[in-house]
Amino acid sequence: MTITFRLNGEEVVLKDHDPSATLLDFLREERGLTGTKEGCNEGDCGACTVMVSDTAGAKSLNSCILFLPQLNGKSVRTIEGAADTDGTLHPVQEAMITHHGSQCGFCTPGFVMSMVTAHKNGATDHDVQLAGNLCRCTGYAPIIRAAEAAEGQPVPQWITKDELSIATKDSNMPRSSDELAALYQAKPQARLVAGATDLGLWVTKGLRDLGEMIFLEACEDLKQITISDTHLRFGAMVDMNRMRAAIAPYHPSYAEMIRRFASQQVRAAATVGGNIANGSPIGDNPPALIALGARLHLRQGDSRREIALENYFIEYGKQDRAAGEFVEAVCIPRQADRLRVYKLSKRFDQDISAVLGAFNVTVTDGTVTAARIAFGGLAGTPKRASHLEAALLGQAWSTASVTAACAALGSDFTPLSDMRASAEYRLEAGRNMLLRYFDDRNGGSPSVLEVMA
Amino acid sequence: MLVNSSTQHPTEIQHKVAEAIGLPMHSVRVEIRRMGGGFGGKESQGNALAVACAVAARQTGRPCKMRYDRDDDMVITGKRHAFRISYRAGYDATGRLHGVEFTHLVNCGWAQDLSRPVADRAMLHSDNAYAIPSIRIESHRLKTNLQSATAYRGFGGPQGMVGIERLMDHIAYDLDIDPVELRRRNYYTSPVKPQDGGSAPRPAAAPRGISDKVKTADNTTPYGMEVTDFELHALTDQLLESADYAARKAEIAAWNATQTNLKRGLAFSPVKFGISFTLTHLNQAGALVHVYQDGSVHLNHGGTEMGQGLFQKVAQVAASRFDIAMDKGKITATDTAKVPNTSATAASSGSDLNGMAVKAACDTIRDRMAAHLAECYQTTAEAVVFAGDRVHVAGEEITFEAAAKQCYEGRISLSATGFYKTPSLKWDRIKGQGRPFFYFAYGASITEVVVDRLTGENRILRTDILHDAGASLNPDLDIGQVEGGYVQGAGWLTTEELIWDNKGSLRTHAPSTYKIPACSDRPDVFNVALFAGENREDTIYRSKAVGEPPFMLGISAWLALSDAVAQFGDSYPVLDAPATAEEIWRKARRLSDEFDDGV
Repeated sequence: MTITFRLNGEEVVLKDHDPSATLLDFLREERGLTGTKEGCNEGDCGACTVMVSDTAGAKSLNSCILFLPQLNGKSVRTIEGAADTDGTLHPVQEAMITHHGSQCGFCTPGFVMSMVTAHKNGATDHDVQLAGNLCRCTGYAPIIRAAEAAEGQPVPQWITKDELSIATKDSNMPRSSDELAALYQAKPQARLVAGATDLGLWVTKGLRDLGEMIFLEACEDLKQITISDTHLRFGAMVDMNRMRAAIAPYHPSYAEMIRRFASQQVRAAATVGGNIANGSPIGDNPPALIALGARLHLRQGDSRREIALENYFIEYGKQDRAAGEFVEAVCIPRQADRLRVYKLSKRFDQDISAVLGAFNVTVTDGTVTAARIAFGGLAGTPKRASHLEAALLGQAWSTASVTAACAALGSDFTPLSDMRASAEYRLEAGRNMLLRYFDDRNGGSPSVLEVMA
Repeated sequence: MLVNSSTQHPTEIQHKVAEAIGLPMHSVRVEIRRMGGGFGGKESQGNALAVACAVAARQTGRPCKMRYDRDDDMVITGKRHAFRISYRAGYDATGRLHGVEFTHLVNCGWAQDLSRPVADRAMLHSDNAYAIPSIRIESHRLKTNLQSATAYRGFGGPQGMVGIERLMDHIAYDLDIDPVELRRRNYYTSPVKPQDGGSAPRPAAAPRGISDKVKTADNTTPYGMEVTDFELHALTDQLLESADYAARKAEIAAWNATQTNLKRGLAFSPVKFGISFTLTHLNQAGALVHVYQDGSVHLNHGGTEMGQGLFQKVAQVAASRFDIAMDKGKITATDTAKVPNTSATAASSGSDLNGMAVKAACDTIRDRMAAHLAECYQTTAEAVVFAGDRVHVAGEEITFEAAAKQCYEGRISLSATGFYKTPSLKWDRIKGQGRPFFYFAYGASITEVVVDRLTGENRILRTDILHDAGASLNPDLDIGQVEGGYVQGAGWLTTEELIWDNKGSLRTHAPSTYKIPACSDRPDVFNVALFAGENREDTIYRSKAVGEPPFMLGISAWLALSDAVAQFGDSYPVLDAPATAEEIWRKARRLSDEFDDGV
């Protein structure tokens, strides 16, 4: 593929480049820009973080799982471009030095680029902005002190002036869903690449050849969020940071789950459609969507169909998607907010769920009149807890009946034990999430995340 | 053969490579500029890669480079030694310990590597801060078909300390005595002359056994070393006050009484960590210092920089010996051709050993300069003063640069090596008696947490730390070690869980599955201070080693979780490490169930 982008202010044109090459390998091996580090090569440590700007603004992204065609028409800034060309340091670099934010130094370039991006965007929720950057030395305290010290300092002109390049046209980089539909119908064997936060690992860890790749990044119409009186509609290429912001006013618990869904860098790349389409049993978004009764919009050529999202997941590794068919959007019906989403993982941030429970129970005059409850992590697919729902329906909304209903979860799921959690813990925690939901709905105990010393 | 290696132990790389390619050590040179992190994992684990590369390079005559992918790295390289610790203890109603038995089962993995000294150090820290009249410590080193366990910050010390701290916690729970008070009753005594001029605190309660025959603990460790520098009485007093321990404990109890699913916990833990390699001959270091005719100074020593700030501290030492500005000196890459026969930068010994070696080298040159200048100006060497980038001699004041030039022209050698060996050490490993450590580093922490019994989810809300770095060479760097050490130690005891499957394959081999603390896992409120004082032993500017000791401050996080879990029932939680959310959920459920059943 032919790819054009700006790298630290200079135009780069790559002709006939391998589309499955990652930005990190390109930087280090082809450009000798070794300031960007490879820590884990799977998007979990943030040592490879760079800033990528496009018309939508600046994002921090993990360069280790970013394919070069995803950068077409954009602007990339690496640690080598954080300071001005005359050596003047960026305010966050100055602050990192002053506050001893670097010890061994390996994570530092990634932290600095996350901080440069957050600083440019005026973001001061540092724990959220830096959740995807791991540091083994400092205990993070001096890094946060540095981030706070840099708050409010002007964004340097060499950062603000980043221009975009003109995207190269390439037949495997469609610019609309119509182009994509035609292309994919013609090449149903091709691999669709959205944010590549999962596909990237197929290359870096699985050492797989992805074959022909179609990049969806330029399909602007798939990035639309539409809010009507009846629906919230998310195009397949809406990234998870945008979804988080859009859903927050309607379902705040959902938005809080998305904050923990993955790191800032991964959320900036990961898409609503990709998270559904790849059919992961531990993808965090589908259970919440299913609990809200979301409908999935699929398209194949010019024909479209719409299904309940829960019906898309047939079994582990198998989804209701035909060759050449792709996820176009997902729609959530507007409703009063009764949703709570509980994500249980070994670590709060940037961790894959052991269990994710999404609860949406309607109570009318003290009686349960509707229940949509879905879980991730308890089965081979994201799935509704239909026995549990049935056990609640028609019952009084009371401690006794909710506690009694919990047993039904055992009829819904037979979870597995793995390195994240035992089967017993998964099932019991799932039950306890219902108890927590009951408390939550009744104004009960806060989350440990809300308790202060 | 030139080897560039990310290692804490260049000399061992040199030795292994030389052996592998059949050449004497003089034919192999190992250079290490900077390492990335170390933490003990690069004390011995770099050997395999260096040897593989050297063999390939020698066979092909071409450069060879090797590094592990993160997953391969975690599958192949060693981890901290896992311990199963059991204990039995006898104590009286006041909480004074009379006798303790510990059994350590140590999972060493497939090769010996550093297992012997690690397991030894665990035994040597089984007393932690407490004078125990009778103690038996059994250590079984088990060969298993897993990764060969290796050094990791604390080197067995943390495991030994976890044993005794769990025991103290358990006894406090059993006797319903405040856990801090119980610990103080068992502390070693302070030296007769405390540093701050106050009176020497003694244990709050003298041993009052059921029998007159109960032996009174003297102030020696189980391995017969007199504790002469015990700082924890004063340090604990200060910390309890700055952390507002008593008031917060009451407030937390009141809050807990209003909660069903959430409970907060509060815990204190002290650290007394022995400083020196227990293999006595390793306690030596060399340095090479050149002063050039323009007054600039080139430094080299056997220590390696892994982010701990060693080079900065050593450069400060050199600058202070000549009293010149820091920018006059330059430390160059650690290089086996410049300083031979070095020990690993390990055991927290980096600045103690290399700082002293550099000091010796600088002093040699300074004395030569002083002697020459004294001769030129017809005065005595003692009257030549190095101060403020200048040399003052016989009423004259010349720049250091001019002094260097004058010495060069006077044909004075401006290059010197320095050597240091830690004094006073005497250790009989087989008898388990002697003085394996030059001194002890101390510290204490108080951690507050909250847990949710429904899922076991938990968080650190506040941590207060007071740590003894002696007369700190660089408080900013030392605070960095303390903050980082605490978070790392807390991670070890909470979310960092290694899982092997039934085939013996490691399932947690990347940051996606092995969860070290992330940014938001550090304490919400994190108060860290250094204890004002100086090393009672004659170390470099009376400072103390600070690399490993703060790691064990994280034990208070684990004990605080245990304290919180204990609120769900009326028996001791027996919380194991790592206290993952699942472990906490499991123990909280057991306590709740027992409580409901009236067991």
